[in-house]
Amino acid sequence: MSDFDFTSAAYNAQLAEKKLIGSRCKKCGHTFLPPRALCSHCHSSEMEPFEFSGKGKLAAYTVIYFGPTSMKNAGYDSKNPYCSGIVDLEEGARISAQIFGVDIAHPEAIQIDTPLSAEFFERGEGERKKVFLGFKA
Amino acid sequence: MTGRRLGRGVALVGAGMSKFGAFPGKNTRELFVEAYQEMTASLDKGFDPAAVEAAYIGNFSSELFEGQGHTAPIMTDWVGLTPVPATRVEGACASGSLALRQGILAIASGLYDVVLVGGIEKMTGLTTDGATDALATAADVTYEIPAGFTFPGMYAAIATAYMHEYGMTPETLLQVGIKNHEHGALNPKAQFGQRISAIMEARKASAARKGKPVPTWVTELDFLHDPAANPQIAWPLRLFDCSPVSDGAASVLLVSEDIARHYTDAPLHLIGTGQASDTALHGRSTLTSLPAAKRAGQIAYEMAGVTPADIRAVEVHDCFTIAEIVATEDLDFFKPGEGWKAAEDGLTTRGGARPVNSSGGLKSKGHPVGASGVGQVVEIFHQLRGSAGERQLPGAPNIGMTHNVGGTGQTCVVNIFERR
Ligand SMILES: [Zn+2]
Repeated sequence: MSDFDFTSAAYNAQLAEKKLIGSRCKKCGHTFLPPRALCSHCHSSEMEPFEFSGKGKLAAYTVIYFGPTSMKNAGYDSKNPYCSGIVDLEEGARISAQIFGVDIAHPEAIQIDTPLSAEFFERGEGERKKVFLGFKA
Repeated sequence: MTGRRLGRGVALVGAGMSKFGAFPGKNTRELFVEAYQEMTASLDKGFDPAAVEAAYIGNFSSELFEGQGHTAPIMTDWVGLTPVPATRVEGACASGSLALRQGILAIASGLYDVVLVGGIEKMTGLTTDGATDALATAADVTYEIPAGFTFPGMYAAIATAYMHEYGMTPETLLQVGIKNHEHGALNPKAQFGQRISAIMEARKASAARKGKPVPTWVTELDFLHDPAANPQIAWPLRLFDCSPVSDGAASVLLVSEDIARHYTDAPLHLIGTGQASDTALHGRSTLTSLPAAKRAGQIAYEMAGVTPADIRAVEVHDCFTIAEIVATEDLDFFKPGEGWKAAEDGLTTRGGARPVNSSGGLKSKGHPVGASGVGQVVEIFHQLRGSAGERQLPGAPNIGMTHNVGGTGQTCVVNIFERR
């Protein structure tokens, strides 16, 4: 990981290894997920890779009945909806991800603050196959 | 906030818009010509096209929607204004307000005295899926869309955070849609210019005509609770919580204040303008407010030297019902967590203490994204000049505001106008 260059490509390559790698500012200690090369908090460019535990809790969510084409291709539609959410990570960053292990049929029963852990999953065929970040209740 | 002032005064002297809706036979330039013609007709002391020195056109993505890039010079060409400089401005659903800002800045700088501002979008040439994907490019396609998010989905996430924090239920959201359709029913330019009760009765009549079972809806809430009539899109948002996919254009004329009365005896003065940017939704410290909208509002209030109580007409960016509730808090009309109660209590209706979206808002009027911000200014133009017809707000409002949001608040613009 010494050659981690804080790009989305590097981030995705780490996801493929089931690792959640963001960045931490060496000057002010602020953590970022996804990673950034420049600290938007103190403007320092002294960044180091930072591994997140993948532990967090649900900050906001929705159950989506009409998704983007990418989700339709993955088999989701109004009869088979899915949950997307924003996750508060223990180490102090927030990220968007698909949420698993919640009651999709009863969105009103899904609880904000539900504890979650990272769940890496594959989607797509052939060259388009890619590892995505999800979270599981 | 910034303490900045415009270099010189800017006035709004003319405004017009096409009807918003689905127009299979018309492209953006043709819709823009309609808006331009109505704008020039609104200049009660006449208009010499040769006086226009520059044009700024808001357009989110004609590339994706109609396969056409480089749209600004097409607009100036089709209204006969070449060779004036024509500049396209893009800020997702706030593109129109950004174009207006560029016009304001160009006049305030002293470079030009007369500037044409336009907003255009033609969205219905794509299927709903195509439009959803095109709009998604206004989000972060690297880190938000792979999570499965859509625009309704992101605003739905804002709604769940808001409900959790303040105790609102999805029932309140339905009230915002009912109210905006009531307002839009009085707007001949609106795409869905009908009360929800009228839409409901039309569906019942259509079923009866076709010999199908007639739905048993009695009230608007019966209709809105029926998943067949009002399906879930992204819980808690249903179809009637979402603004439509629309075609449309709007146009205004800005001039330096000192020559405003050459064009009309009733110019409006641009007294405050604010703009701000922000990170993607998940990167923010709050999910129940749009910080960039709040900041744009504060800058505009400070520049104008007015308070929320002074604003008598306001158009806010209700791309989704939850967005209107959040907007009324970000603009300090209501305290955080109280916007939903105000909506429930009817304060935001035309007859209420704080009328919001007299035009019907994006929900009923339509949301051709690049045109929407300029369309909001057209409504304020009419409300402040007393020419809003049936939907004229009472009390001769003299100060009006527009609030326009790009994405989920990555770009926000607030403008304040005054009739003196
Ligand atoms: Zn830092």
